[in-house]
Amino acid sequence: MIFKDFDPKEDKIFRIIDNEGVVINNELMPDIDDETVVKAYKAMLYARTADEMAVSYQRQGRMYTYPPNIGQEAISVAAGMIIREKDWLVPAFRELGAWLAKGVSLKEIFLYYMGNEEGSNFKNANHMLPFSVPIGTHLLHAAGIGYSINYHKKDEVVFTFTGDGGTSEGDFAEALNFAAVWKAPVIFTVQNNQYAISVPVRNQTKSINLAIKSYAYGIPGIKADGNDFFAMCAAYKQAAGYAKAGNGPVLIEAFTYRKGAHTTSDDPSKYRSKDEEIEGEKTDPLKRMKKFIDNKGIWKEDEEKLLEEFRIEIDQQFSEAENFTPYRLEDVFQYTYVDLPDDLKKQKSEYEQFLKWKESRK
Amino acid sequence: MTIVQAINNALDIKLAEDKNIVIYGEDTGFEGGVFRVTEGLQKKYGADRVFDSPLAESAIVGTGLGMALSGLRPVVELQFDGFTYPAFDQIISHVSRMHNRTRGKYKVPMVIRFPYGGGINALEHHSESPEAFYAHIPGIKVVIPSTPHDAKGLMISAIESDDPIIFMEPKRIYRAIKQEVADDKFSIPIGKAKVLAEGTDVTVVAFGAMIRECQKALVMAKEAGISVELIDLRTIYPIDKETITRSVEKTGRIVIVAEAPTGFSVGAELIAIANEEAFLHLEAPPKRVMGFDTIVPLARGEHFFMQTPEKIFYEIERTVKF
Ligand SMILES: Cc1ncc(C[n+]2csc(CCOP(=O)(O)OP(=O)(O)O)c2C)c(N)n1
Ligand SMILES: [Mg+2]
Repeated sequence: MIFKDFDPKEDKIFRIIDNEGVVINNELMPDIDDETVVKAYKAMLYARTADEMAVSYQRQGRMYTYPPNIGQEAISVAAGMIIREKDWLVPAFRELGAWLAKGVSLKEIFLYYMGNEEGSNFKNANHMLPFSVPIGTHLLHAAGIGYSINYHKKDEVVFTFTGDGGTSEGDFAEALNFAAVWKAPVIFTVQNNQYAISVPVRNQTKSINLAIKSYAYGIPGIKADGNDFFAMCAAYKQAAGYAKAGNGPVLIEAFTYRKGAHTTSDDPSKYRSKDEEIEGEKTDPLKRMKKFIDNKGIWKEDEEKLLEEFRIEIDQQFSEAENFTPYRLEDVFQYTYVDLPDDLKKQKSEYEQFLKWKESRK
Repeated sequence: MTIVQAINNALDIKLAEDKNIVIYGEDTGFEGGVFRVTEGLQKKYGADRVFDSPLAESAIVGTGLGMALSGLRPVVELQFDGFTYPAFDQIISHVSRMHNRTRGKYKVPMVIRFPYGGGINALEHHSESPEAFYAHIPGIKVVIPSTPHDAKGLMISAIESDDPIIFMEPKRIYRAIKQEVADDKFSIPIGKAKVLAEGTDVTVVAFGAMIRECQKALVMAKEAGISVELIDLRTIYPIDKETITRSVEKTGRIVIVAEAPTGFSVGAELIAIANEEAFLHLEAPPKRVMGFDTIVPLARGEHFFMQTPEKIFYEIERTVKF
């Protein structure tokens, strides 16, 4: 098992292709056909294009604060290749590739970031929870779902994510411990993008890496190159096999770099250097994958043309979100409870009275 | 100065004056906080006094208590209203009761500060007004300024208090109000409300960002010939019963304006005070102009939930005409 070969205690990193897209670990290369490789690359390109457009929509004032995934695409796209329809996805807020693979539409994502709860409904995504803004808190839900899967003897796995900062929350420790005690089939991924907003990971923990935290809970852990699609794919395949076989949870540290700002409200130039960003650029997951593809000569399409198609399609989804039914008063109330208590009905009708009065004054 | 600058100024003055004050939280040190309230303080006072903590609210408050029990005076920052809840256990189980449990042997001189409130089109969990949760905890004082001047004076008092203080900062008006604020040190007593406008027909009580909305409503009320007494609560607990009672005795009517859900709220407490202390003076049912008892809607629906000058005026007029 690669989890054994890459012992976090030795601070090894599991990697399959280098920054030039050259395979450096052929033995552990997952068995993926060329067509799937191209498909994965396209999914990464699509996610990046969507992010870039989201940032620009936000700048135009057409959407609110948005946390881009730029630089981290290989992780969630790889997870998206392995996750099945029946598997669960318990996300944080930086796993665009996996959401899309699960069946979430960009329209829904845009709608959410336009400030409409309807965007969290995920009409076509089975077994997926909404994004979790309170850091680390949702990891416990993943453990609970894992228990339920065991209880019902189902063939399902839970994929859940947090960031490097998230590993400091008590809930992180509690979730890993519970999942381990229950042998819950949960794959915990820590996307270590080396920052929690402005705080670098070296100020977050004194552990030599984040995968080593698995030792404390008696579960396998691995530090994988999160910008290497193949390494992530191999790690997820093994993790899913392990969990499905009834062995319990695993912890994957996906080592990556947040190329963009934390969110559109953040300015990273305040706390990190240009040099560091230039260094980070060298490990870009898309560039590496593209080099791999070019080295093998397995894709001949015109990338610019494809990007143009993506942009048109993404803009279409954005328009649909923008033209979504206007927010109504009842949208504030209707899902607060299964059955709306009388008191809330009264609050709503009193507000309607106010709106009438307001109208009458015009 | 803005509220951001005024709080920064208060922290600066106290850091210079008292070596035992330390400040920390998520992004609080190097970056100066996501709202830049602590900007420049690490540079000036060093990273052992103003620093970034790991990301864990329960730990921020729990360690703060340890510091407060052993000679420091921590001023900890929680990043947003909606992320204070992981620290709730520390606040209710320990911070609030250490003085009582040790029969006065240990005091808890700490400030827990965080931005609160809606109206800024924020993400989920970034627009909440949890003052009632905290004011409900015996042993905790809760302070909310509405102007730069008050923010500075109240923060100085909060840091000097030997009781633990929750200091809630109205983020919506962090930079929206500019005011001349004295450079020197001054303090404003905790537990004292302020009458912002005298009036005879109705008492309006508010705090934080709602003061500005009320002031706009007062202009409309004046045009309608209604004389409003506006009170800025400034401290949620200990609540200034005397100022409230005296005003209600005079006007016979009370309207409370706040952002939080209506039920089981500061509004409910104020109505109880009006009933208990000035029952025979009441000429109309007390009214709460507050949020629905729902989750704060995301940005698209937030305008339904937030109190506007128009809505405040509407309820003032209905109360006066009752
Ligand atoms: C409980 C909680 N505390 C604070 C925040 C504010 N906050 C949002 S993102 C963030 C940093 C998260 O860092 P990390 O876990 O590394 O994830 P990343 O954003 O880098 O993906 C913070 C402090 C929050 N959302 N939830
Ligand atoms: Mg991070």
